[in-house]
Order: sequence, then C-alpha cells, then structure tokens
Amino acid sequence: MTANDFNTILPEFVLAAFALGALMFGAYGGKDKVAPTLVWATSGLFIALALFIGLTGTGDRTAFGGMMVDDAFARFAKVVILTAAAAILLMTQDYMQRWALLHFEWPVLVTLSVVGMCVMVSSGDLMALYMGLELQSLALYVLAAMRRDSAKSSEAGLKYFVLGALSSGLFLYGASLAYGFSGATGFAAILSTLGQGAPVGLIIGLVFMLSALAFKVSAAPFHMWTPDVYEGSPTPITALFATAPKVAAMCLIARLLHDAFGPIPGQWGQVLAALAVVSMFLGAIAAIGQRNIKRMMAYSSIAHMGYALVGLASGTAEGVQAMLIYMAIYVTMNVGTFSFILSMERDGKPISDIQSLNMFSKKEPLKALALLILMFSLAGVPPMLGFFGKFYVLKAAVDAGLVWLALAGAVASVIGAYYYLRIVFLIYFGKESEPADSTMAPVQWAVMVAVSAIMLFGIVNLFGIEPVAAVAAQALVQ
Amino acid sequence: MDNLLSIITFIPAVAAAIMAVFLRGDDAAAQMNAKWLALLATSAAFLVSLFVLTGFDPANTEMQFVEEYDWILGLKYKLGVDGISVLFVMLTTFLMPLTIAACWTVEVRVKEYMIAFLLLETLMLGVFCALDMVLFYLFFEAGLIPMFLIIGIWGGKERIYAAFKFFLYTFLGSVLMLVAMIAMYWDAGTTDIPTLLRHSFASDDFAILGFTVVGGFQTLLWLAFFASFAVKMPMWPVHTWLPDAHVQAPTAGSVVLAAIMLKMGGYGFLRFSLPMFPVASDLLAPFIFWLSAIAIVYTSLVALAQSDMKKLIAYSSVAHMGYVTMGIFAANQQGVDGAIFQMISHGFISGALFLCVGVIYDRMHTREIDAYGGLVNRMPAYATIFMFFTMANVGLPGTSGFVGEFLVLVGIFQVNTWAAAVATTGVILSAAYALWLYRRVVFGELIKEALKSITDMDRRERAIFAPLVVMTLLLGVYPALVTDIIGPSVTALVTDYQAALPVSGATQLAQH
Repeated sequence: MTANDFNTILPEFVLAAFALGALMFGAYGGKDKVAPTLVWATSGLFIALALFIGLTGTGDRTAFGGMMVDDAFARFAKVVILTAAAAILLMTQDYMQRWALLHFEWPVLVTLSVVGMCVMVSSGDLMALYMGLELQSLALYVLAAMRRDSAKSSEAGLKYFVLGALSSGLFLYGASLAYGFSGATGFAAILSTLGQGAPVGLIIGLVFMLSALAFKVSAAPFHMWTPDVYEGSPTPITALFATAPKVAAMCLIARLLHDAFGPIPGQWGQVLAALAVVSMFLGAIAAIGQRNIKRMMAYSSIAHMGYALVGLASGTAEGVQAMLIYMAIYVTMNVGTFSFILSMERDGKPISDIQSLNMFSKKEPLKALALLILMFSLAGVPPMLGFFGKFYVLKAAVDAGLVWLALAGAVASVIGAYYYLRIVFLIYFGKESEPADSTMAPVQWAVMVAVSAIMLFGIVNLFGIEPVAAVAAQALVQ
Repeated sequence: MDNLLSIITFIPAVAAAIMAVFLRGDDAAAQMNAKWLALLATSAAFLVSLFVLTGFDPANTEMQFVEEYDWILGLKYKLGVDGISVLFVMLTTFLMPLTIAACWTVEVRVKEYMIAFLLLETLMLGVFCALDMVLFYLFFEAGLIPMFLIIGIWGGKERIYAAFKFFLYTFLGSVLMLVAMIAMYWDAGTTDIPTLLRHSFASDDFAILGFTVVGGFQTLLWLAFFASFAVKMPMWPVHTWLPDAHVQAPTAGSVVLAAIMLKMGGYGFLRFSLPMFPVASDLLAPFIFWLSAIAIVYTSLVALAQSDMKKLIAYSSVAHMGYVTMGIFAANQQGVDGAIFQMISHGFISGALFLCVGVIYDRMHTREIDAYGGLVNRMPAYATIFMFFTMANVGLPGTSGFVGEFLVLVGIFQVNTWAAAVATTGVILSAAYALWLYRRVVFGELIKEALKSITDMDRRERAIFAPLVVMTLLLGVYPALVTDIIGPSVTALVTDYQAALPVSGATQLAQH
C-alpha cells in the first residue's frame, strides 16, 4: 500500500478503524452505558470527516490499481451520506434511550454500514463494489432486527436479509457475466472493451446488476421489501434506511453505469426509464391507502427514487447533476420528516398511525407548520426545495429528449401530492379528536425546524449546491 | 426607486413574517393587532403601487420597472410590468385592503388567516410581475398553498372536499405547464419572458404515433399551457372545482379567488399562449370560441337553477370568464382590450357581489336564497348596493360590466360571427339569473321571522363598498382610464400576433 493509496482511502480507513475501536471500547468499557458517548463520538467523527472531505478534496485519484476512486462525485456523495448519518444518529439518540434501544452496537453498526456506503460510491471495480455493497447491507440487516423481542422487527430483519441475499445473488450473477464477456472486473477495463461493440452477454449481465441495485434503492418492481421493513424496524432505523443507503445505492448506479458502461446509454437508459416510471406511479398510488406513516414514507421513498432515476435515465452529466441535487434534497426532507415521526406518541407509547395526527395544529402550531412545509416540499409544490429537485430531473429528462418520461413524472407528482396533502389536511382540518403527543428532544426539534427552514429558504440559491453538484457530475461523465 | 415592484410584492410577505414571529397569543387584542397590521401592509402595498401607476409610460410597449438578478439553475429573478400586466398589479393591490377589511368579523385563528392572505397577495403580485417563466410558475403554483389552507380551515361544511378538489385540479394543470416550460427552455435556451416573446417556436406539422399534429411543437406547448390556464380561468368543462371552492371558501377567500386568482388564467393566456404560440392560437381559436360560447350559455343556465347564492355568483363568474377567453383569442384590438377590461371590471363586480353575500351571511349564517326575501324593508342601503352590482353584473351601460362585454362582442363578431351570436344570448341570460336572484333576496314582503331583526350595513361595510362602487361607475362612464394604459401594449401584441401568422392564416382571418 503506497502513500497515495492510503491517502485516497483515508476516510474509509479512519471509519473502519474507528468502528473496530468503538466495538472494543463498547465491549470492554461498560456495554450499553457507553452507548451515548459512542453516539456522540461517531456523529462527531462523521461531521468531521464530511467537513474534511468537502473542504480539502481536490482532483481525481485512484488507489489499488483502480479498485477505489476518489473524485468529486464520490466526495459529493460521501458528504451527503456522512451528514445524513450524523443527523440520524443525533436526532434518534433520545428516542433510542427512552425506548431502551440504545445498545452500543448501534453506532458501531451504523459506522460499518457507512464504511460500506463510502466504498460503494468510490468503487472502481466490481469486486470493490460488491464488498462495499455487502458490508453496508449486512450491517443494515442486523439493524432492522435490532428490537430483538419484537416479532415485527425480527420479521423485518429476516425479510430484508432473505430478499437482500437474493439481490446479491443476482448481482453476482450479473457481475460474473460481465466478467466473462469483457474479461475484466475493473470499470475502466470493461469500458475499454465496449469500443468493439457490446456483446449480448455483457448487456444481460448489466441488466442483472441493475436489477440488484434497483432492489437496494427500492425501485419498483423490486420494492416489495420496503414497506414491511420500514414498518417493522424501529423508527430510528427506518430513518436511516430512508436516507444514507439510498444515496449510496443511487450514486453507485450512476458510478457503475457511467464508469463502466458510459458509451452505451441507449442500453441502460431504457431500463432505468422503465424502473423510474413504474416506481413513480407505484409509489404515488400505493401510498394513498396507507394508514401507517412509516409505510407511507416507504412508498414515498419508492416514488422519490423513481424521480432520481429519471435523472439518471437521461444519461447525461446534467442528469447526474440533477440526481445528486435530488438526492441531497430528498435526504434532507426525510431527515426532517423522520425527526417528527420519531416524536409521535400517545399514552407514553410510540405510534405511527396517520389518523393520530388529527388536529395536531391546535396542539403544536409550530411543529404543525414545519410539518406542513415538509409535506408540501415532499409533494414538490413550489416554492419549497422539493419542487426544485423535481424541476432539475424533469429538465434533465427533457434536455435528453425524454419528454414522455418528464410527462409521466409530472403526472405522477400530482397523484403523489394527494397523500402528502392528506397529512396536511389531517393536521389542519381534521375532525376534533385527541391528537397525538409529540415529545421532542432539543436536537430533534432543532433538526425539524432547521430542515423546514432549509426547504423554505433554499429557494434563494439552493445553498450553493448547484455548482458543486455540477462539478461532481462532470467528474463522472466525461 | 429601482426595486419598486419587489417592494410592492414583498411588503405583504414581510408583514406576514413579522406577524408570524412577533405576534403572540390569540386574545382579542392580538387579533386586532393582526387585523390592523394586515390592513396596514396591504394599504402600504397599494400606496406604493400608485407610484408604479404614475410612473408608468403607456406609450412604451416594452417592459418597465425591470429588475433583474441572477438566481439558481441559470434562471433569473426578473420582475417588470407592461401595459398588460400593470393593471392586474393595481387590481390586486387595490382589492386586498378591502378584502382584509371584509374579514374583520373573523374570529377563528385570526393571525393565521391574515398571514395566509398576506402571503397570497405576495404570490399573486409575483405572478403578474414575474418576467422569468419559472419564477412565474413558482408564484403561480405557490398561490395554491395559502388558498388551500384558507378554504380548508376557514371554509364551510364541505370544505375538505372543496380544498382537495381545488388543489388537485389546479396542480395537475400547472404541472403540465411546467413540462411545457421545460420544453420551451430546451428549444429557446432561455426562460426570460421578453426574449421568449420574440422567439418563434416551430410550427411545422409532425406525426406522433401516426397522428399528424397540425401546428407541431407550438400546438403541444399551447395545449399544455391551456391545461393550466383553462383550469385556472376556469373554462367549461374544467370549471367544476370553482363552484365548490367558492361555496366553501370564507367570504374574503371567495373575493380573492373570483376577483384576482381567476385573472391569472387570463393573464397567462395573454402573456404566454397568444404571443408565444400564435400559429397554434390561430389554429385552436375556434375551439376556444366554442368552449367559451358553451360556457357562457351553459353556466348561465346552470346559474339559473342554483339555490345557493354563492354558487350562483360562481357560475356567473364562469360565464363572464367565457367572454374573456373569447376576447383574448379573437386577437384583435377590441377583443383583447375588451378581455382585459372585462377582467378588471369583473374583479370589482364579482368581488363586490361576493361581499354582498358575505354581508347577509354574516348576519344569518346561510347562503340559501330561500332563506331570504324582502330585505329591502330592513336594509335599504344594502338593497341599493346589491342592486348596483347586480346591474353591473348584467352589464348595464354606464357600469364597467357593459364596456368589457361590448368590446369583446365587437371583437369576436369580426372573427367568428356565430360564436358572437351565441355569446350575446349570455347577456340576456345573465340578466335573467341576476335579476331573479335579486328579486328573491331583496324584494317582496318580509315574512320570515328570522329576518325581522336583521340590521342594515354598518359603517365599515359601507366603507368597503364605496371604492368598489366608485371604480365600477368610473370605468363604466370613462373606460379610457383603462384602455389608454393597455392600448399601446395590446396594439403591439396584436400586430406581432398577426405578423407571426403564416400568410394563409392571415388571409383566412381577413375573410371572416
């Protein structure tokens, strides 16, 4: 390992070392008693690394003969992933403590999955990609089942694991086909073989790999696990599922397609477009009937992934930029929304029933207002940021000539608006009844208010994310 | 001042922010503070907007008071007004203080109510001032949120159904418009409205799935914009959200909806559809004429059958908007002049009519026509005012309602005689439903027990109606007040439009 290799993977290395150290510290240092300290330390490390990556990273570097890549695209994704994970850790602290879920494994597992995500977004080889993917997924399987005495949580963990293993199998099969027909596992090497035309076997392998990755981002029709896992897992873990891993997997798709299959966008563009359309409509329609807000958010995330895929389906740098902006906004909105869902309780028990939000605005006007902003933003109504996310991807699709896809996205967004509106309707105009309590730790409250303020004031210049995302996209798409 | 339009646009929003942050409590004093602050802010916006009116040069058909800053995505924050939009800005700033004064009797969640109206004013002004397509869309669409809340929180019994219907109908329309806007950007490379007005979009026929699209790209864009503006106007047959929304909205909400928000649709046709897609407009004008003619006759007949006062006036609004769309797509000086005039005048008249309903609704808490009768005995002042606006609604010469309808009919007659003939029957029908409504509510013996102790309008209510009466009369006897301002801009619009048509289209037009 040369100094250059080491520098390139420095963030992953630090995280992995930290995870192992924290595991030891937890195991020998008083088990769950040190969990709060570990959570603070972990989120502090995430934020420090995010700042480090965001502020000091420049240029393109590769390590281990192209296994790992460090470019603007990877850095953008890593900053989003780390920030989201840190926010999730901080805001769920209080919830975990109150419901006796705060085991010291929680921050350790999160760190491990974050290492996996970082490897995913900066992989330059099918092997590295698979390693990252599995590291991330295995940590998440365990987390889904973290409430050991709850049948639902165990069920969620098992379901996630079985289906996840299936998708890993699909991926491996696809990867072996790709290897067989191109003779290489490195993205750059696969890319160079495409010059002589794309053999059918390679395309089939690509489709297999895409299906597996679609499973990871929960794009329809590979979404089946999402609602159950979201509902069954403890809410903090659902919040994690809905944010950082989605960014990682979405960026991984972009990475794989552009770095290894860049010259043949015609081949994968259609697959992504089909996934996008099905996801947008399924997410929008299936969410309408949901009574549980976590299930609703599951379908909402399916629909949102559809929009992000619209950006990727356009196959241009602009599309990648749109996807990055979309994912950053999506993650922010979800962090805000989940900080509220965490606080929903009644008679001292956490609940997730949508009906319990009835007339919530009477009880907590400020939180209701923040939730209103978040819901309109999720629905993509201007002037909230959520609109700009949709605007970017639709614009990218139209620019790439996929007008029909943009139209489908537009129509689906109207259908999708209905269920977000239903929440607004409940909190503001529901029938008089006893609304849920909302107990919020200061961090949660701060996160929620900050996120809604971001949604509202982002309209000024999107907090300067646009040029950064453009640079990131340029790094990926040459 | 360079930023006059921004100042006008954002005065109400700033007031709303102040109210949200600093105003605490929900007691009577806090409520009064909220009301006075809202009144102050809307009046201030009106006073500042007078500078725009006095500084406006009607002879100049370019955009005036332009301000431009860079924004995200290569978009621009660009505001400006020309002869077509300046009066809509004035209409909005003029009506908003009256609207706020009209909701003085609201007692439920006053602060939020005022905030919603102030934000709504900012967004409406933004629509009329925006010179960037996406900025326009932003304001256009964001206006749905406060209106959704106004209907949903302070509305009548069926408010939830109405709020949802209102939101989803208009949202669907506008999202299609967004896609068209993106396509326009793709084609023209800019979202700047003045530049787009000079851009000519392709109008060559092409085939999709075996169907030939006559008018090509322009037709597709035109249809997408039509989806949005037709719902907003609203045009028959997508008008069905309007009666529901009106009936359920509180009085002030109805006033804003009818007097200002509907005009966004007409303004949109004038700003986008007509000048940017002339070939498609010419091609589809007959379609618009007949939709409008149907709207005028059909909704007038439906109005006749209503038992709810607000619903009746809502249907009458749809009919009057039918004249507006006809006038716009007649695309000659009289037609477009008439359409704008009709929109301004309808702003005053329909606003006043909804306020008239509000006056008695505040007293009796019912809008059923059958619950009233013989009000003239107890409420002479009310009967006079209501009579005045009923007549204005019918289009009595001397009121502004006459000028608008007359100009439109003159304009449309030159283009499509049959549609003009059908539309003219609307004048008779409107007299029928309006006068019949008036007779049932105001005339007759006062026999209903509940009405025996009803009181006439108080000073506040009279003060609200006074400016409306003045404006309706003034525009009725001296319409040049409006036409002088809009005239040159409309002439430029119509000239450009006719010039952009292919020769065959122009000659076809001349032969009619």
